[in-house]
Amino acid sequence: MSTTTSPPTPTESVEPPNGTKSLVRGTLPRWASWGVLGAAAVLAALIARLLGFGVAPFVLLTAVLYAVGISGWSRWIEGGRKATDRAFTAVVTSAFLLALTPLVSVVVTVISKGLDRFDGRFFTYSMRGVVGDGGGAYHAIMGTLITSGLATLMSVPIGLATAIYLVEYGHGRLARAITFFVDVMTGIPSIVAGLFAYALFALVFGPGTVNGFAGAVALSVLMIPIVVRSSEEMLKIVPDDLREAAFALGTPKWKVVLRVVLPTAVAGISTGVTLAIARVVGETAPLLIATGATGSTNLNPFSGQMATLSVFSYYEYASPGVPIDPSLDRAWTAALTLMLIVMVLNLVARSISLLFAPKAGR
Amino acid sequence: MSNTGQGAATARRVRKRPADQAFRGITTGAGVLILVVLAGVAAFLLIEAWPSFVAPAEEIPGEGGLVLYIWPLVFGTLLASVLALVIAAPLAVLIALFITHYAPRKLAQFLGYVVDLLAAVPSIIYGLWGFTVLAPATRGPAEWLHEYLGFIPLFAGPPSTTGRTMLTTALVLAVMILPIVTAVIREAFLQTPKLHEEASLALGATRLEMIRMAVLPFGSSSIISGSMLGLGRALGETMAVAIVLSASGGVTFNLISSGNPATIAANIALEFPESSGVAIDTLIASGLVLFAITLVVNMIARAVINRRTDFSGAS
Repeated sequence: MSTTTSPPTPTESVEPPNGTKSLVRGTLPRWASWGVLGAAAVLAALIARLLGFGVAPFVLLTAVLYAVGISGWSRWIEGGRKATDRAFTAVVTSAFLLALTPLVSVVVTVISKGLDRFDGRFFTYSMRGVVGDGGGAYHAIMGTLITSGLATLMSVPIGLATAIYLVEYGHGRLARAITFFVDVMTGIPSIVAGLFAYALFALVFGPGTVNGFAGAVALSVLMIPIVVRSSEEMLKIVPDDLREAAFALGTPKWKVVLRVVLPTAVAGISTGVTLAIARVVGETAPLLIATGATGSTNLNPFSGQMATLSVFSYYEYASPGVPIDPSLDRAWTAALTLMLIVMVLNLVARSISLLFAPKAGR
Repeated sequence: MSNTGQGAATARRVRKRPADQAFRGITTGAGVLILVVLAGVAAFLLIEAWPSFVAPAEEIPGEGGLVLYIWPLVFGTLLASVLALVIAAPLAVLIALFITHYAPRKLAQFLGYVVDLLAAVPSIIYGLWGFTVLAPATRGPAEWLHEYLGFIPLFAGPPSTTGRTMLTTALVLAVMILPIVTAVIREAFLQTPKLHEEASLALGATRLEMIRMAVLPFGSSSIISGSMLGLGRALGETMAVAIVLSASGGVTFNLISSGNPATIAANIALEFPESSGVAIDTLIASGLVLFAITLVVNMIARAVINRRTDFSGAS
């Protein structure tokens, strides 16, 4: 690293005598990026003031001026390759900031609009007989818990057993087919899962059968492949030494799987299951079709329509009451509640894997 | 996993335990059940949609027959999703690069976590946000596009006054699929062999040249597969589109006017609760078409991913 780090004047260190090309070129000073950024921001602010721009064009202008400025300066001192590199760094960073904007905006909007009705009444009252102000989402929260709970009860045994089959038994064509179709199944649109549950219940229990259990079936169609995928990954990383040690002690295979393999992988599997619940708990489309909606509390998943948080939020937005604001407030608060549930589930999953995961080998 | 196989073989040769047989049967049964469910999805949809195939054209909503009903929906679905992907895919590559190769390590880990979290935000929230925040915000730019680029059919206008246009829908979809596409690509970029990266840096490459020579060739197939997964998500996205897009049917490439083609999924969600009889069968038939489209897209994505696993395993 013999190149100068202090700002070089091109004539003294770069330009060799007799005009021959030097192997050493100058570098920009360390403060170059921040300096150019500051200069770009000041310049953009001036232009924005002159032309009466808003905030968004100002930020855009700053980014463009920065990219042009830094790469131009770098081209002069450091040469073309470094200049392209610096320009690309600017592009990558601004792309990241650009993408962050809507995502931050989503979170901020949901929190600021959802807090209006984030009160005790919202969590203890249903919408039975409520017109206009007041009311709550107790019935919808219970419905979400019931449908997601039932879906989990159905998906985890099936998904886990399939993962065990794939890792411990499957080697032939059947295993390959299952792996492939599980992957394909992860891509089923949620509304198609809802239509499937609707069609299934229409055929078995007569047309128009819409209840919480149908919604749970639709959700488990979406959930099973996620559970299979994550459990399979976790079972695969259980060391073979453990299995072989157990076999050597004369343990039957089923006992090896249940007593040795599963306990070793249990942390990872619980993380996967929690994330799977987080994925389906906010689903709207399948529940809209298979579970329906109601204003009253219905805790029986096997008869009658059932409200769920996501569908509740949708209908409060889509068919609001006469003063429109209380309905929209409820829609946003339901959305906020849903987002909090998803975040908490994600945090739980993260902490399970942090607390219980065996130490990584390397 | 070959060791497990040998273990199983030895165990069977010694003695066939009934419990072992039963356990194997149960797990195999669960696997087969998944195949049955997937076949069931197709079969039940087909059975329930059948009446709309044989019904006379006048009974289908719109009175033009099944093909005429579904075709504009397919068009709208493809237009919105492809547009979303065109916006999201390049951004996703750049974000993945930022997280893996530009951000400080501590920050990168945190950002990776945030991206995973955002992938789990329910779609209805994106829908409400698109309707409340994004749609009004696109009005000004849409008018600008119409004024200066109106000669391009995409921006022929006249600009919608609500902002609930195809352009807004595509933007919302792009925001929604960005986290999942980024997650897939980031995963692949992280696995770029460190030695390749260090070798190219040691030969004097700048960071951009290192990325072009070592990271992108390694991650190129993951960019394709991640995009296909994102496309699959966008195709099946229901609630966000149902809330944001103000659809009026018809086939048009005009992105900023108030007359937009609907998408299959959003159309089902909007029409289903109020439909009965043949109308429901028709909606289920359109769902079947959506199922087929996403199936093809996902199969292509998986084929690309599997080829990559073979490739990286061999090298």
